[in-house]
Amino acid sequence: MSDVNAPADIDRLGAMVAREPIAPEPRFRDLVVRVIFARASTSIAAIVVVIFFVIAAGATWIAPYDPLEQSFIAVNQLPSWQHWIGTDQFGRDVLSRLIYGSQNSLVFGALSPLFAAIIGGILGVSAGFFGGVTDRIVRRIIDMLMAFPELLLAILIAAALGGSFWNVIIVLTVAFTPGFARVARASTLAVKQEPYVEAAVAAGVRTPVIIFRHVVPNILAPIVVLMTLWSASAIRVEATLAFLGLGTQPPHPSWGNIIRDGLENMFATSWPILAGGFAITVVVLAISILGDSVRDALDPEVNQ
Amino acid sequence: MSGKLLDIRGLSVEFGPVRNPVRVVDDVSFAVRPGEAVGLVGESGSGKSITALSVLRLVPEPPGRVSGHILFEGTDLLPLPRSRMNAIRGKEISMVFQEPMSSLNPVMTIGEQVAEVLMLHGETDRERRRARVIELLGLVGVPDPQSRLSAYPHEFSGGMRQRVMIAIAVACNPKLLIADEPTTALDVTIQAQVLELMLDIRRRYKSAILLISHDLGVIAEICERVVVMYAGRIVEDAGIRSLFAGPKHPYTQGLLKSVPTLFDDRRRLYQIPGSVPTPGSSRQGCSFRPRCPVALDRCATETPPLIHHGAGHLAACWAIAAEDAA
Repeated sequence: MSDVNAPADIDRLGAMVAREPIAPEPRFRDLVVRVIFARASTSIAAIVVVIFFVIAAGATWIAPYDPLEQSFIAVNQLPSWQHWIGTDQFGRDVLSRLIYGSQNSLVFGALSPLFAAIIGGILGVSAGFFGGVTDRIVRRIIDMLMAFPELLLAILIAAALGGSFWNVIIVLTVAFTPGFARVARASTLAVKQEPYVEAAVAAGVRTPVIIFRHVVPNILAPIVVLMTLWSASAIRVEATLAFLGLGTQPPHPSWGNIIRDGLENMFATSWPILAGGFAITVVVLAISILGDSVRDALDPEVNQ
Repeated sequence: MSGKLLDIRGLSVEFGPVRNPVRVVDDVSFAVRPGEAVGLVGESGSGKSITALSVLRLVPEPPGRVSGHILFEGTDLLPLPRSRMNAIRGKEISMVFQEPMSSLNPVMTIGEQVAEVLMLHGETDRERRRARVIELLGLVGVPDPQSRLSAYPHEFSGGMRQRVMIAIAVACNPKLLIADEPTTALDVTIQAQVLELMLDIRRRYKSAILLISHDLGVIAEICERVVVMYAGRIVEDAGIRSLFAGPKHPYTQGLLKSVPTLFDDRRRLYQIPGSVPTPGSSRQGCSFRPRCPVALDRCATETPPLIHHGAGHLAACWAIAAEDAA
């Protein structure tokens, strides 16, 4: 090692010459901070989402009444100190039903994009990585599923299978899978071309290890963004299914069937519809804003 | 084995349709002896990189089709099952690539990436692996290796990343190190340091080196023997002194004449007239014929074989064969 060991010089030279315009990889913590405090709207959205989580997680303690408890002496009440947003046609406390309904939304909003990301990710990565016949088969499946509007597909499956909890999860997962598969496939195709993947092959790394250590971590960012964006969709679609009577079945509360019950009773009290619609709007909007911010934060073009 | 570490015989690589293939490497044969440094020179598209990639079986098949024999310590690598190939890759034969900027995984730390190859090829003990990684990084001249283990590639400059790549390549004391234009993406000062490092690695590990470059200066710095490729074929194969003192093939002569020197006055640089034939164009005769100043009639119809012109100096040219005969 004659004159190679002049680290200070080498570093200085390297810094002078190789000042390349590559955006630094954001550390996770910095990223979270940057996402949340980038804009006021994002901060508010983050607060809303946190409140939503707290309410859903602590429903048992927060809700003033049992959401299933009926009362014949207190039907269709307007807001009062006992029932903050009144009662429905069975005398159930609407606020408590909304609070318990948030659990539903949270579970579907979190689980179905997650399952869709896993299944779609597996399909997309294998299509992108192996190409050939695998790619052709996966692409056909994606195209076929994509030809249906996701809601229509969801209604189709829910109608065929019925509206139990797991069926709704399956419905949403199937509806969201093709989108994840597409993104995963496209990203994999890009990453596969990277010299570090070829270098790993040249170093004797086995194919499964290449996929899990070198490909998957590098395509996670767009998948995570898609998950945030689609958990909003999942909440919306779940509410729609419940509204149509294909999702969560009464008497169990869900924001969708709170609106549905309210609709039948609209002229007695419009509060359940308004409150349910308000809850869906606020949460979906907040999650969407958060998802957009995550995407912006990960996109070097927007993030100047 | 007869003292040959790597023995490439009749290697051909084709792309495109079977009926009308594009031959990017055409009947290439040469050998690398243990501990020897061989340079593979040629212009862009001469097939030198594909030749190197096929040694590690990195040419995608399909669409590529590789034929011939690549003997490594007497074993033909081409028909080897994937699992045995993986055991050779990175351990017996390793490779340094051209783009240091993107040859490292951006989401893994430097330490993890060097450790990965050690783990693959049998170092199971975590602490020993860590110690070896630090040793390797120090060896290739990464300052303060201990604290750099947890750094990510974007925190390194191009020269430093190429050093890390070299550390990964030499981690398992390979018998053959293939370097595909390792210095092309670097600026001159860093180039010199990386070349110095490769020489040092060679002295230390007694590895053979197959250096691919279009830069004769880089080859002259490191190698003992040079293989010159043109349009997918070997046109000359000679010891470094022999080649620089007396190039035989008109293409090599042209190449050496077009190297600028420090002492000439500012005259226009020599250039070989014409340009490289596109891959897949007619393969009849000598592919250098259209640009050759000494072409004979038979050059248009017969492909010249690679024959000896003096000890260890091979060239493929009818004109010099005729000259020798006269």
